Amino acid sequence: MTATRRLLAATALVALAAPATAQDLTVVSFGGAYGAAQRTHMIDPFMQETGVNILFEDYSGGIAEIKAQVEAGNILWDVVDIEVIDLERACSEGLLEEIPRDILPAGDDGTPALEDFYPEALASECGVGVIFWSTIFAYNQTAFPDGGPKTIAQLFDTEAFPGTRALRRRPQVNMEWALIADGVPIDEVYEVLSTSEGQQRAFDKLDSISDSVVWFDSWSQAPVLLNDGGAVIVQSANGRIFDAVVQEDRPFEMVFDGQLFDLDVWAIVRGTEKIDLAHQFIAFATGTVPLAGMQDVAYGPTRRSSNPLVDPAVVPFLPSSHIDIGLKADGVFWADFGETLGEQFNEWLLR
Amino acid sequence: MADVALTQTGPSRPAPRATASAADVALTPEEKRAARAELRRNRFMAFLLTLPLLIFLSFAFIAPIGTMLFQSVHSPNVAQLIPGTLDRLSDWDGEGIPDEETRTAFAADLRQLFAERRSGRLGEELNRVLPGASSTVQGTARRLNAEPAEEVAARGAGMLSELNAAWDRPEIWRALQRAGEVYTDRFFLTALDLERTPDGEVQARASARIYIDLYVKTLRMALTITLLTVLLGYPLSFFLAHLPSGRANMLIIFVLLPFWTSLLVRTTAWIALLQTNGVVNSTLMATGIISQPLTLLYTEFATILAMTHILLPFMVLPLYSVMKTIDPSYMRAAMSMGARPIRAWYSVYLPASLPGLSAGAMLVFIISVGYYITPALVGGTDGQMISNLIAFHMQQSNNWGLAAALGTLLLALILVIYFAFDRFVGASNIKLG
Repeated sequence: MTATRRLLAATALVALAAPATAQDLTVVSFGGAYGAAQRTHMIDPFMQETGVNILFEDYSGGIAEIKAQVEAGNILWDVVDIEVIDLERACSEGLLEEIPRDILPAGDDGTPALEDFYPEALASECGVGVIFWSTIFAYNQTAFPDGGPKTIAQLFDTEAFPGTRALRRRPQVNMEWALIADGVPIDEVYEVLSTSEGQQRAFDKLDSISDSVVWFDSWSQAPVLLNDGGAVIVQSANGRIFDAVVQEDRPFEMVFDGQLFDLDVWAIVRGTEKIDLAHQFIAFATGTVPLAGMQDVAYGPTRRSSNPLVDPAVVPFLPSSHIDIGLKADGVFWADFGETLGEQFNEWLLR
Repeated sequence: MADVALTQTGPSRPAPRATASAADVALTPEEKRAARAELRRNRFMAFLLTLPLLIFLSFAFIAPIGTMLFQSVHSPNVAQLIPGTLDRLSDWDGEGIPDEETRTAFAADLRQLFAERRSGRLGEELNRVLPGASSTVQGTARRLNAEPAEEVAARGAGMLSELNAAWDRPEIWRALQRAGEVYTDRFFLTALDLERTPDGEVQARASARIYIDLYVKTLRMALTITLLTVLLGYPLSFFLAHLPSGRANMLIIFVLLPFWTSLLVRTTAWIALLQTNGVVNSTLMATGIISQPLTLLYTEFATILAMTHILLPFMVLPLYSVMKTIDPSYMRAAMSMGARPIRAWYSVYLPASLPGLSAGAMLVFIISVGYYITPALVGGTDGQMISNLIAFHMQQSNNWGLAAALGTLLLALILVIYFAFDRFVGASNIKLG
């Protein structure tokens, strides 16, 4: 890293720099209902048990901010909650530390950690799974008195289902959905998307609805947009809508058709000075009981030993209950195509 | 020179000398020396007083801008990642594809980079020269890494062809060559929607025109905002300037109060007003003027509206203070000589208030060309300005070279506008009060 880059980075990041003291651990996640559940079940209990102060901050996902910190050598975050769709890319670009498996405690029922975790949760050496979740879409029932869209194809049908759609501003998920809506069978989506014809096909499909789309940056905006009328259909992480329906009794309907399964993991930003503390936090936060707490927002636990603690009433809302109608997010595909499609997507947005 | 300065620097000389003419009083050599020493001391003291400012400016202004200018032409990453391959490629004439030895060496480099988790960086840099190249680099590197190192070292060239047909075409190798240039004009070309053909000619970029359109849009929005602030601010300042001073002072508070309120608060207030179920839409729907809520927020309209509101004090304050100094008897004199009010205003008042108008317009225009926060918050996709894209490349796409080139062009654009303004209106005509 050259001195000039550092200087420029310092100028750029000075506004972001949180006043963290030597003892504080900075943990970053997605905020909103999910962040609240993590605070209740992971952050606060850890602070009580260890006396370590945690600065719990929000970000809107993606790898850009982590990348800027690592490339500038100015590490502000220690532990980050990252979507597996972004994980392989961050890991293979050297933005994350490897997490040794021997820090993970056995499950509360005595099962060794490596057997207790579902294999997907430990698939990458850079992360330890926190939740099973999925990207779904949801609509406001009051906007569609005769019944709302039931499939991804109908999400892209602005004539039968007029109104603003809110999608997250990134190629991930949107490109997959565009192809599904265009008739590509679910198990061939990533194959088609790896060809330039397939990518063009996805952009053309997105073009057909772009006049009715508002783009948002952070998952926490999704239920807000649906609530204040900014959109009648939103793309969302399933737990956010669950929270709005169950906790706030909103008239929102979740659609699991074409859901994109994903995991979130805890990962450690490469170059942090607090690696031991970060290990300690991750070991604590991925224990049987904290993981079971994620059911507050209808996210499935990544340890088998947490399953008995999940309320049977929540089970129908877990993504794993609808596993037959979805697609698994492909982190390796996005590790290879994230940069390429990210740039194309941004150019497409500006057109 | 020193003598001329001496005769002009009255206060540093003894009073009697100053009143006498220089011709009939000759200074003794000692007096000259003493005077010069004192002058030097004064200058040094003056310099010391400005020193904190100079230091501040060089850290806060000159160094960052210099770094930005440098970043826009300096790009050492690829040269650091694959020095060996670039060395070999320098002998390649750009026709066909490079020889087998070069390709094999590159395959070994790529495998090594993936193992060190640095191939993503190469893919990212290459993607900026050749869109789509990142997935070629990353996909190939990932699969090379799965093969034993000896095999890659032995027949890397063949493996590249098997893994991706792009390695059999010259484009990606030319892109490697180009991305490997440490000093480069490619960020400026991209920022101007240009690209270089394989023969080195500059031509318009094949994909969409993005940045030029955005510069034009930014200028158009800044001009609109300036005109709106003139339309709103001129009558207001005229009204304020002709009130008794007690009442004027009270009313000027209403201009200053929002000016003292945080920018974020004022912008957020517009969000509350303009959103789909916001104050404006609810009122219009309650009174039956519209039946469906209008899309007001996250549009260019919202950006222009909010920025006009936020920048209005920058127009009103210089106008008001200049208008205060215009003697009302001028207008009366013009009218007593038979001019109608419009004519009197046009020939007498407008020229007299022009310095304030120029200052206000210049302030509002230049501030709005580089505005960031308001378009970011209320502009949505339509209402973005060039600074939002610069921020995007700084924070999201990590393309600092392009961000620096766009920033440099913005700086140049503002300087050009200022000089054009100076040429046609005259910078001396700007008056803040």
